[in-house]
Amino acid sequence: MNIDAIKDGFVIDHITAGKGMAIYELLGLDKLECPVAIIMNAGSKKMGKKDIIKIDGEVPLNLEVIGYADPDVTVNIIKGGTLTEKLTIPMPETLKNVIFCKNPRCITSVEQELDHIFKLTDKKENVYRCIYCESKG
Amino acid sequence: MKSLIDILDFTVEEIDELLVVANDIIANPKKYSEMCHGKKLATLFFEPSTRTRLSFEAAMYELGGNVLGFSEAGSSSSAKGESVADTAKMISCYADIIAMRHPKEGAPLVASMNASIPVINAGDGGHNHPTQTLTDLLTINREKGRFENLKIGFCGDLKFGRTVHSLINAMSRYEGNTIYLVSPTELKLPDYVKKDVLDKKNISYVETQSLEDVMPELDILYMTRVQRERFFNEEEYLRLRDRYILVPEKLLSAKEDLIIMHPLPRVNEISVAVDDDSRACYFRQALYGKYIRMALILKLLKEAGTI
Repeated sequence: MNIDAIKDGFVIDHITAGKGMAIYELLGLDKLECPVAIIMNAGSKKMGKKDIIKIDGEVPLNLEVIGYADPDVTVNIIKGGTLTEKLTIPMPETLKNVIFCKNPRCITSVEQELDHIFKLTDKKENVYRCIYCESKG
Repeated sequence: MKSLIDILDFTVEEIDELLVVANDIIANPKKYSEMCHGKKLATLFFEPSTRTRLSFEAAMYELGGNVLGFSEAGSSSSAKGESVADTAKMISCYADIIAMRHPKEGAPLVASMNASIPVINAGDGGHNHPTQTLTDLLTINREKGRFENLKIGFCGDLKFGRTVHSLINAMSRYEGNTIYLVSPTELKLPDYVKKDVLDKKNISYVETQSLEDVMPELDILYMTRVQRERFFNEEEYLRLRDRYILVPEKLLSAKEDLIIMHPLPRVNEISVAVDDDSRACYFRQALYGKYIRMALILKLLKEAGTI
């Protein structure tokens, strides 16, 4: 499978196999006009199998979303065809309007203007809770 | 701006300070009778309540302050679609402190994020009710004199009972307590409370369906009401409601210095025949609720620089 080398953009690497599509959707990559490639189940010495997303364009990326969806990924920043930076993304302490509270008893269910804010309450188990009603995200 | 939304907003030291002030108010009420002169408490009750609203109002009057507000959503601007955030901003122009009850979970937090005056959560749906927990703590402090090495039985609805969850959380911060969880299978304490509070803090606990089995062990028996509004099926409600009814005969095996607590209102889970037993302290508990709210109003107004 051939995918052109990226000139200016990002490679989101070491995505846990199977999570590529979820990250694609959370980042809203379907709305981009630049070339985007998702490679699923690519071979990996470290992980056995992994997913990779390549974005050929200097677009704004919400790195928090990546940290929430899969804290093991690395984001490679490419400029002029060269790797300029390699980022590991820690799990964010707070998520704002990334995930939405589904608890019908929560104040967010009736007040549409409110931001949906979740806080990381258990790093080990990757648990985020709504700051208003404490429901799991 | 310091508010009280969740009991965990206060450290153990802050709670201890509140208890000291509440005890001093009980001993020297005159000393406090003008401390809030010229200050106003807004009671924003978006759903009906008797005890909590009246105890807040009584607390403010006994501090020499005044009260304004509403006691149901229908008589407020929320009926016209006003948001909690706007209500909080608007009330900040008229009052010095807010006590809010709301049927939606998290509404008082939203108010505190938008108000320029302190906000007290007076109950948000089935979520938090921190002033009930403070009331329970003052009751235990006054009646038992300690928070450590107690055997505490919670009986009835442990699934939906927010007062139970909050008190377990608060008591888990003290050493050497054993918790007895007495409920039918359908109303057991949720797993997340066991995992996040009891297991995490290594609190020993016993789950049982028999109140009689654990009665001789207990220092505190905390009875709860099975709430009709939590059930879709009336038959199921009636069956579970009548599962544990405390009558004088059941107390024969109990300790002489047991205290029986209940957040009130009760339906039939404690027979009125128990009221005359000196171990029944639920009406004293309601009275303590006023004193701890006085201490709380003072603390928050002092921290806001209002008094």
